[in-house]
Amino acid sequence: MNHYGIKAIYCYELARAWRTIMQSIASPVLSTSLYFIVFGSAIGSRIVEIDGISYGAFIVPGLLMLTILTESTSNASFGIYMPKFTGSIYEILSAPVSGAEIVIGYVGAAATKSVILGLIILLTARLFVDYSIMHPLWMLMFLILTALTFSLLGFLIGLWANSFEQLQIIPMMVIAPLTFLGGTFYSITMLPEFWQKVTLLNPVVYLVSGFRWSFYGSADVHVGVSLGMIALFMAICIAAITWVFSTGYKLKP
Amino acid sequence: MSDILTLEGVDKTYDTGFNALSNINLSIRRGEIFALLGPNGAGKTTLIGIICGIVNATAGRIVVDSHDTQNDFRQARKQIGLVPQELSINIFDSVWNTVHFSRGLFGCPPDDAYLEQLLKNLSLWEKKDSRIMALSGGMKRRVLIAKALAHQPTILFLDEPTAGVDVELRREMWAMIRRLRGEGVTIILTTHYIEEAEDMADRIGVINKGKLMLVEDKHALMRELGRKSLTVLLSKPITQLPTELMRDDLQLADDGASLIYHYSTAETDSGVSELLAQLQSAGIHYQDLQTRQSSLEEIFVSLVEEKA
Repeated sequence: MNHYGIKAIYCYELARAWRTIMQSIASPVLSTSLYFIVFGSAIGSRIVEIDGISYGAFIVPGLLMLTILTESTSNASFGIYMPKFTGSIYEILSAPVSGAEIVIGYVGAAATKSVILGLIILLTARLFVDYSIMHPLWMLMFLILTALTFSLLGFLIGLWANSFEQLQIIPMMVIAPLTFLGGTFYSITMLPEFWQKVTLLNPVVYLVSGFRWSFYGSADVHVGVSLGMIALFMAICIAAITWVFSTGYKLKP
Repeated sequence: MSDILTLEGVDKTYDTGFNALSNINLSIRRGEIFALLGPNGAGKTTLIGIICGIVNATAGRIVVDSHDTQNDFRQARKQIGLVPQELSINIFDSVWNTVHFSRGLFGCPPDDAYLEQLLKNLSLWEKKDSRIMALSGGMKRRVLIAKALAHQPTILFLDEPTAGVDVELRREMWAMIRRLRGEGVTIILTTHYIEEAEDMADRIGVINKGKLMLVEDKHALMRELGRKSLTVLLSKPITQLPTELMRDDLQLADDGASLIYHYSTAETDSGVSELLAQLQSAGIHYQDLQTRQSSLEEIFVSLVEEKA
């Protein structure tokens, strides 16, 4: 294994986040804080408790998940798309690093950034909302697994994209809507029965539900199902990336 | 001299059906400077891409210092440094960070002393903290060279290293290539410039339409390639050459108004002054002289036609 190679990619990507700290950290923290203020403090005070949890506290896991999903995807996709765009990908491809090592470097860095960002947002949320974490280790595990899984997805998007527009399409047109409709701001039990069933087709429901369980011990779906869905999604992403590196799709002509 | 790089039956057909390389067999000797010449689209960059792992070959086998590039890609790639044709680099990086990254990527432990010396050798040390976007085109190209050398490769590929660079930088690069060869690095360069190959290479390969047309010692090839013609515009037309001037390398134009003399630039004595003296003594006066060197394209065409 080329440890120096993995470290080089990992540190390079983390350094890129540090270089663009306003975009990487400050901007998502600010926008999520605005959600807490608007939905949690302003609107939340007029909404009754959900499952015995104040509305402000109820939306913390969902909002955190929203940020983790979008940031993991965009961080990882941008990380691998930029070398493709500038042409400097030649160096990665000609280096003695395997596909798995490239993925560990890029996805590891993107997931690390997302987890750090998630923890910062969690601390920031404390300024606006009084929440508790019933299962902190589970919370951390959900956070890391979700960041890794969606960084893998982002990496795939970055490999696939041929333009900056394509790079943005899936995070903005698919992931963000699915997260909003995945129980970020409400419990799916609040929906009519028909829409409850339709919502179960949304994979983000399982992520938000499992994450919320780690905070408050209550969930829309069983926590085991949530974990299974994350594992399934991760397996699909790893299989797709393995295929990309074995065939050279969009990487090697 | 042993071979450091061997290509056997390398073939590349793109998904579009375009056959970029056909059955390339080539051996590069350890420590030599090998120049790969060919017109645009000949397959030079594709060939380098396949050796370096950037392009997938359709068929064939490549061995780098006894390491197969497929089965033992780590050891094979560790030995190779590549300077691409385009200025493909993240312009937001600093010079130091980008060479540091390259060294790590190729599996080498940090060695700041080596990188410092490398940047000094390439006149980049003063700019080590500068962002690449702030550098001139020539300096950016030097950064690419520094990146390729950051892991101390034994084989260096230079894909048209002097394309679009000024004369001064071109000479600096030639000096650097010679210095690297002196340190034992095998150099493989592609170029359009015949003088570049002539000045530096030990051996020359000519590739056209994906086929390796020939591989020859430079001196042998230069005799074949380095042809020039001298046109002597006569003051008065003549009907035929005097007997003492009748020779294979001298022709009288159809209109009798000029003489065309063919000679080789590889020869130490071109024979031009001797010819002019002979004209003088034969009482043939001339009003102007014009010299013309065959362009590389013409040479390629003639070579390709000959070898086809």
